[in-house]
Amino acid sequence: MTLSTGYDPEKRLVEFGVGDESKIKVQNFTLNFGPQHPAAHGVLRLILEMDGEVVERADPHIGLLHRGTEKLMEYKTYTQALPYLDRLDYVSTMAQEHAYSMAVEKLLHIQVPVRAQYIRMIFSEITRILNHLLALTTHAMDVGALTPMLWGFEEREKLMEFYERVSGARLHAAYIRPGGVRLDLPVGLSEDIFMFTKQFSSRIDEMEELLTNNRIWKQRLVDIGIVTCEDALSSGFSGPMLRGSGLAWDLRKNQSYEQYDSIDFDIPVGNNGDCYDRYLIRIEEMRQSIRIIQQCLNNLPEGPVRADDKKTTPPSRKMMKNSMESLIHHFKLYSEGFLVPMGDAYAAVEAPKGEFGVYLSSDGTSKPYRCKIKAPGLAHLQGLDMMSRGHMIADVVTIIGTQDIVFGEIDR
Amino acid sequence: MLIAAQCLLIIAFVMISLLFLVYGDRKIWAAVQMRKGPNVVGVFGLLQSVADALKYIVKEVVVPAGADKTVFMLAPIVSFVLAIIAWAVIPFADGWVLSDLNVAILYVFAVSSLEVYGVIMGGWASNSKYPFLGSLRSAAQMISYEVSIGLIIVGVILTTGSLNFGDIVRAQDGNLGLFNWYWLPHLPMVVLFFVSALAETNRPPFDLPEAESELVAGYQVEYSSTPFLLFMAGEYIAIFLMCALMSLLFFGGWLSPIPGLPDGALWMVAKMAVFFFLFAMVKAIVPRYRYDQLMRLGWKVFLPFSLFWVVLVSFFAHFELFGGAYARWAIGG
Repeated sequence: MTLSTGYDPEKRLVEFGVGDESKIKVQNFTLNFGPQHPAAHGVLRLILEMDGEVVERADPHIGLLHRGTEKLMEYKTYTQALPYLDRLDYVSTMAQEHAYSMAVEKLLHIQVPVRAQYIRMIFSEITRILNHLLALTTHAMDVGALTPMLWGFEEREKLMEFYERVSGARLHAAYIRPGGVRLDLPVGLSEDIFMFTKQFSSRIDEMEELLTNNRIWKQRLVDIGIVTCEDALSSGFSGPMLRGSGLAWDLRKNQSYEQYDSIDFDIPVGNNGDCYDRYLIRIEEMRQSIRIIQQCLNNLPEGPVRADDKKTTPPSRKMMKNSMESLIHHFKLYSEGFLVPMGDAYAAVEAPKGEFGVYLSSDGTSKPYRCKIKAPGLAHLQGLDMMSRGHMIADVVTIIGTQDIVFGEIDR
Repeated sequence: MLIAAQCLLIIAFVMISLLFLVYGDRKIWAAVQMRKGPNVVGVFGLLQSVADALKYIVKEVVVPAGADKTVFMLAPIVSFVLAIIAWAVIPFADGWVLSDLNVAILYVFAVSSLEVYGVIMGGWASNSKYPFLGSLRSAAQMISYEVSIGLIIVGVILTTGSLNFGDIVRAQDGNLGLFNWYWLPHLPMVVLFFVSALAETNRPPFDLPEAESELVAGYQVEYSSTPFLLFMAGEYIAIFLMCALMSLLFFGGWLSPIPGLPDGALWMVAKMAVFFFLFAMVKAIVPRYRYDQLMRLGWKVFLPFSLFWVVLVSFFAHFELFGGAYARWAIGG
């Protein structure tokens, strides 16, 4: 290391308390945080302007995971575009398929069978648990508690097995499709999901024992990254980030879709809008998800799982072998795809991270003219500067954790 | 010649236990997390540390372009050597000590204070921001907690009337076995000492200098290969030293906990292993403190408490209260 050549005796005098203070200018310390940083949750790059350990300004640089999803979808049929949605927020995949399918159904004006709606709800909630398990445990890891993550991933493994049994894929399921779900639940799956829900709350208890009343955990989370209700609204926050600030806004209740209005569940709301409240909310949301899943399983009706519409729903394999009409439908659906009438539609679901919306614009062909995706994470990340200003560098990590950022959906 | 052999014996003991400590640390941590931990190299993965050490040694040493080469290479050596030489005054059994200094505690204390230099030098010489922040933190942290460790030890010294580890252990000998040891009269300080030891050795929840989620690896960011190995080895040896200090100061060193059973070095080693187990468990369970909280805990909680304890103990010792439990020099053992 060489001494800087700009050695200024005047400066040294000021440092020792003599000399003219107006002549020197203190420069802040700039720290490049990420993209290759263990707490960057993927590819977040932050430029931190710091005064010692205190953060003066946090400037997120995004786009490192940009894949042009929205543009790519314009070149795919509606069926082919669906798996792109899985690859946005890759920890809550089915919630995104769900929003997209709902938007397509709006354009097509088709009705989803009740059984499919229940299956969608079951898997939306499984997705919520999957997401919150990852969010909370990696949050704990950011704060330095490494054990909850391994415990949480044990449970995630079981949930991903349900994904696999229902769709064949552990992560990128492509299960919820326009018109319903891909296939009916395999035999025995609902029993196994029920068994899971019965033991899962004690797994949450175990995790809470490590964290909820832990002094260090509380010291690190309480009063950190406070967001007032006004700030949350004006920054476009949604999901636990908004509910943590005290507003009971949940699309499942406020703009009920599927059969959520026939289900009995509560929306946890925070008081202070700090990281600890959001932590508690996510824990409680997992418990509420269990409630929803159990009710769905108990009320699961018999019936078809895809809309009875030959022009959008591919025929069964058996039908295809016997009926000329079905063969033609099958060929058309898997080559040209189904035609969607001209129009625009916006559909949003309460994804685990917040409001996930898909805006579809159709020009009457089988490919979307434009698809705009509203990802909750982007708005949250924009609030990072507001939330972390004046906190210490360790708190920035906590705040990134509490925002539950996944770059697939932010960079798209 | 004899001294050289003794030195070698102690270094061999420390280094071999180091290998299995790292292994044990990982195994305990893995068990808490419902993993298997290292289980491939050797029977039950027992040789994992050997494989790791070899891997570090054969790797290329990367020195960053902007680094001060001399200081950069000196830093890990300093922290490793200082961690080793502290063992010179640690008795493993009655008389089993390389150098029976009468100011042994001062010596250990001086050496462990110097250990912060390795960290500061490493952080500064790397000429990079994360190591720099890490070394700043560790300088503040290690110095803060040394103050309270020092005061806690003063209590023990007052009770014993000697700075020699052998004398301290012998003062804990008695007919009641483990109830004669200092953990009973100095109970609150045992906890404080353990927590300060965690902070002193940069173990979770006080691993701020190398906080993975904030500073990536702190002062070790730019280190690779053997220099990194030296840093890590130094750290584990320091932890093991703290385990030794715990058993010597509060848990009767080589004395048997049950009256009638023979005393010996095995007791000492067993006690150290138990404390190391505690170190490993803490790592698995707790989140990490924030920098300002750590300093607050050190200066506003530990320091006043240990200071108060010193005053209290001197009072007890002077007036030989509680049957002389705090003044063993006066009642003769």
